[in-house]
Amino acid sequence: MSALSVILVFLGYFLLLSFLGTAAEYIDRKLYARMQNRIGPPWFQPYADLIKLAAKEDLIPEEANSAMFKFMPVLAMTAVLTAYLHIPLWNSTPLISFNGSIIVIVYLLTIPTLTFFLGGWHSTSLYSMIGAVRTLTQLFAYEVPLLLAVLSPAVLAHTWSIADMSEFYSNNPLYALTNSIGFLVALVALQGKLERVPFDMPEAETEIVGGTFTEYSGRLLAMFRLAIDMEVIVGASLIAAVFLPFGLHFGLVIGVILYLIKILFILLLLALLRTVTARLRIEQMVVFCWKYLAPAALAQIFISLTLNWIVK
Amino acid sequence: MARVTIPIGPQHPALKEPESFIVTLNGENIVNLDMRLGYNHRGIEKACEQRTYVQALYLLERVCGICSHSHSSCFIQAVEEIAGLQLPPRAVYIRTLIAELERVHSHLLWLGVAGHEIGFDTLLMYSWRDREAIMDLFASLTGNRVNYGMNTLGGVRRDFTKEQLTEVLKVIDICEERTKYYIEVCTQEPTVINRLSGVGTLSHDDAVRLGTIGPTGRASGVNKDVRREDPYLAYGDLSFNVIVDNHNDVFGRAVVRLLELMETYKMIRQIIAKMPDGPITVKAPRKVPAGEAFSRYEAPRGEDTHYVKGNGTDKPERVRVRAPTLANLQSVAKMLENNNLADLPIAIAAIDPCFSCTDRMIGTISSTGARDSIRWDNMRNYSIKWYRKQGIDFTDLNRKLAKKQE
Repeated sequence: MSALSVILVFLGYFLLLSFLGTAAEYIDRKLYARMQNRIGPPWFQPYADLIKLAAKEDLIPEEANSAMFKFMPVLAMTAVLTAYLHIPLWNSTPLISFNGSIIVIVYLLTIPTLTFFLGGWHSTSLYSMIGAVRTLTQLFAYEVPLLLAVLSPAVLAHTWSIADMSEFYSNNPLYALTNSIGFLVALVALQGKLERVPFDMPEAETEIVGGTFTEYSGRLLAMFRLAIDMEVIVGASLIAAVFLPFGLHFGLVIGVILYLIKILFILLLLALLRTVTARLRIEQMVVFCWKYLAPAALAQIFISLTLNWIVK
Repeated sequence: MARVTIPIGPQHPALKEPESFIVTLNGENIVNLDMRLGYNHRGIEKACEQRTYVQALYLLERVCGICSHSHSSCFIQAVEEIAGLQLPPRAVYIRTLIAELERVHSHLLWLGVAGHEIGFDTLLMYSWRDREAIMDLFASLTGNRVNYGMNTLGGVRRDFTKEQLTEVLKVIDICEERTKYYIEVCTQEPTVINRLSGVGTLSHDDAVRLGTIGPTGRASGVNKDVRREDPYLAYGDLSFNVIVDNHNDVFGRAVVRLLELMETYKMIRQIIAKMPDGPITVKAPRKVPAGEAFSRYEAPRGEDTHYVKGNGTDKPERVRVRAPTLANLQSVAKMLENNNLADLPIAIAAIDPCFSCTDRMIGTISSTGARDSIRWDNMRNYSIKWYRKQGIDFTDLNRKLAKKQE
């Protein structure tokens, strides 16, 4: 591919992902509102929020490290977008595919969390710093269960490439059903990664105002918001590709519709989780992740290994 | 992380009113809490002295946006005692009915705020939606949603028809149904229990020593309720239980408020069943004779007390308001010892604070005319001297109390 076409593809994916991300934000907010017996925002609300933020002045605290402060939102968005290029959407072939791509995706999805930490830390506000420390503490809690949950289907499929994995499961759809524990673990861990209730301690407004984003404003905050919206889609796509690899061989139109249905289903589960729970304390979250999520993910790996042994 | 000091307030999303809590943290643990009051001082007590009794009544109704009827009833009770007025029975019952309806909307409001503080916004949306039914009921009964303006010297200003009272019963039925659901949510939903139980613990002894009242005290086993101990209005004729709980924590405070709601529904039904006929007001003089009175009233947040001194004119000489939050606020520092930063908002919210009711200012004017606010130790010395001059000495009493503590 020539340099120009790479740039164009990247730009196209950026537009697609930001459209899907804002749509996901709208759907999530609407679902959340309807489940709470409210009317909820109109469809253009995420765009209105972004435009309004983009029109505002960027304020950078005097004490803050200006370069890091400005760079972090860009890095967050880039990392999320790059992860999206590796995930298969409506068929089993992503744009970039190689053996080991699933590790790269999980790694790339860790970068936004680190940028939240660094951005919060470098803005030197006390609220931001407490939020930043919580972000990092939380990362150590949900990252291992998420990785274990995503890897156990790979163990069963004998491959580290997400494309080959999708291929394997769409040829043997019954195998995908054995990964249901991993699916639930990954959903809960994704909720932690997206920092939403019950795991929204890093930005708990009643405790630490805006958390890591307290000092961010204007375009920089808009970029962070967009990055989080995109992360919802990328996370949901990853779970859909790994745990719901059904109907990948019906061509573009049906494939895209099925892809959207899967994403909507995952969004619904995430919104439901955030409607019915209260925010946990940070130490309760760590205990929950290590006491229940990690063993459940290990059990999933054990199931995959046993199946491997039986099938052989 | 080293020790950090962060300001919660005067402007903070967790606080509905400006008040400053300066927290020293060791990691996430609270080491020290420093409270600063006084951001909301409005000078209402002083303003009452320049107004007639009826004008002061409306001013005092605006002390608090939630327990507005509590403050106005508490004040008018004291004035009626000075004036020697005997209320007609129907007026007494109407006042009691409004008071209990106010308790329903105050407790439902608290439930929503508590839900919001622990990040459970669904509870906030649900309970505030149900609270709307009570607010609409107030609008149709009294003409106002918040400051009802029902009281007047010697009675109440509006009479209720039979249809209106049946409407009240209907709304109460709905609210009772919903309250049962909230009791289930608060005692069974695991994340809620995780965030409420063991948080903001206040032992029974501490609760007594710090003088906590209302639901905050009752959740620590302080079995006190003015409605039962010193029955005012129609409470002597009603049968009800005082809810006491021994959890000593925020969970207990939630349980006490929710179960109290169930008692309140019971009381409202009794009030409507027993509502006597007759006039709703007696003729009251414009000038109230000289004299003083002290009145107690169980507001939704705890015991509210008013002191009124009349000097024979149509204006009070002195009005003193002790809002329930003032009695409960001292306990917050105790509750938060060794707690988590994440528990700070819910522990503060659990006393159902109303800072604007509480804020007072004491100033001194020196002989040169310079104005200065008085320091705590000076004020304490001043009060000890003042009481000694009156022939009262608290030193022995303090020693006895200290011995009892040991």
